[in-house]
Amino acid sequence: MTAETNVIAILGFFLFIALSLGITYWAAKRTKSAEHFYTAGRSISGFQNGLALAGDYMSAASFLGIAGLVALSGFDGLIYSIGFLVGWPVVLFLIAEPLRNLGKYTFTDVVAYRLRQRPVRIAAAIGSLAVVSFYLIAQMVGAGNLIRLLFGLSYEAAVVIVGLVMLAYVLFGGMIATTWVQIVKAVLLMTGAALLALMVLAQFSFNPLRLFATAAESYGNNVLGPGRLVSDPLDAISLGIALMFGTAGLPHILMRFYTVPDAKTARVSVNWATAFIGAFYLLTFVLGFGAMVLVGQDAIRAIDAGGNMAAPLLAEAVGGQMFLGFITAVAFATILAVVAGLTLAGAAALSHDLWVNVVRGGRTNPTEELRVARVATIILAVFSIVLGLAFKGQNVAFMVGLAFAIAASANFPALVLSVFWRRFTTRAAAASMVAGTVSSLVLIYFSPTIQVNLLGNASAPFPLSNPGLISMPLGFLVAFVVALASPEPEAERRYEEVAHRALIGEPPATTQA
Amino acid sequence: MSDQIRRLAAARWRVAASLTAAMMLLYFGFILLVAYDKALLTRVIVPGLSIGILLGALVIVAAWVLMLIYVHWANRHHDDAVTAIREGR
Repeated sequence: MTAETNVIAILGFFLFIALSLGITYWAAKRTKSAEHFYTAGRSISGFQNGLALAGDYMSAASFLGIAGLVALSGFDGLIYSIGFLVGWPVVLFLIAEPLRNLGKYTFTDVVAYRLRQRPVRIAAAIGSLAVVSFYLIAQMVGAGNLIRLLFGLSYEAAVVIVGLVMLAYVLFGGMIATTWVQIVKAVLLMTGAALLALMVLAQFSFNPLRLFATAAESYGNNVLGPGRLVSDPLDAISLGIALMFGTAGLPHILMRFYTVPDAKTARVSVNWATAFIGAFYLLTFVLGFGAMVLVGQDAIRAIDAGGNMAAPLLAEAVGGQMFLGFITAVAFATILAVVAGLTLAGAAALSHDLWVNVVRGGRTNPTEELRVARVATIILAVFSIVLGLAFKGQNVAFMVGLAFAIAASANFPALVLSVFWRRFTTRAAAASMVAGTVSSLVLIYFSPTIQVNLLGNASAPFPLSNPGLISMPLGFLVAFVVALASPEPEAERRYEEVAHRALIGEPPATTQA
Repeated sequence: MSDQIRRLAAARWRVAASLTAAMMLLYFGFILLVAYDKALLTRVIVPGLSIGILLGALVIVAAWVLMLIYVHWANRHHDDAVTAIREGR
């Protein structure tokens, strides 16, 4: 399937590019200010933002990767899917509404609300940019490999094309274009996965259990139970912590809550997002087993040892060349949209947090802010293309786990404490965000992920593959210790305003005057 | 801080913290079961349905149910209290 170029795939791919650039052109006319660039004028509805959140979250890694994991090891793929899903209730309960009520463009707005701007903005930008960079590298390298497999295009060409098209969306269309590209992509991806699942289930009289039973007959009952993925309980819990709390610290996800008009709409959008994402992961589970039975594990491994081609191969098996082309184009659209969302979040950290609030001390006009945001977008697009090329041929799968670990350890504690803890301080925020970022990076370097899998050493000094179990509690601990050791009366005094505004959406009457 | 805001903040925190704790309990309980009792999860109830797949799907359903509980609470109680404060009642 891979050597020859699929005409439908190319057509579908160009159709998506044309459609999304059309959206960008339409959006560009509406992107007149920094407010529009970052938040789409706060005019997105709850249902639309739910789709866009799902679009931001359902990367090609979860579509192709989890389908592949299920196809090759059955039940184990479900463990991953659940981990990616259970972060969403946490976002709903703790984050979405206060975030919308307190912030303007980035989650740092919330952390810095009653604290000294400069130290908090710098520390938060480090955390945000680290998350965005590792996530971007994983997506770009994935894009290069996938497009090479799917279209027969060279890795370098694929990386450059993804970088440039994404640049066009974000640069000209800002958040409006990025949101609508996410929505189109989410609808395509859900439709594609649902169609594929229906075509698979049609062969098993629409009973998933019959499909699972057939898989168990061919590959043994073990595919229906836990395999090698979770061998060490601490390792599993560590990854679980990173997945569960990392979602609530991903800058590109958090930024989406500013695109809706108010906190209630933010709440509605998380519910839609979780419904879509949950349904999508259940479909992916069916697709994985479908590929296991209808394509066969050996055939999947023959094309790609990691199983990434399971879903496209399944599409070919049940729907022929045309359906393969459709699914391929969908996978490509998925990558583009996720990369665009990440770039916009990174540009916001660079321009809104670092340039406007640190370099210029908050004294800019909207025209300058928009111009700086666009320059930051170009810088990030070039940066992501360079990284994509630099990491060619490297195993970067661990970087998504690392991005989640940093998000859970650096961003999540600071965000939660700034909203819910009266005695939180500037020093505590900065120290905990730096501690979370640095400990995640250091621990992953000494973990088996890098030491054994990448460097080929026999053992690793740090036993866990994901640092979450240590680095997230460390983020909280550093925050508590530093805040209690050196209180900040001004921040404590202003907590009333934060508590009021987090709930009501506007400052109390006394401070408004 | 006004008493109204304090009460509202405390109520919201209680709901948010308990629901988060419930989600953690369910998810990490599932993970620990996966880690410690693989044999149990591999046991097949009806052909094609193992206890592991059933529990895994239930964790996803439980996440939805917890969110429904939150939304129900927010729509029934929280939003009215917020409106009351906003309108200075």
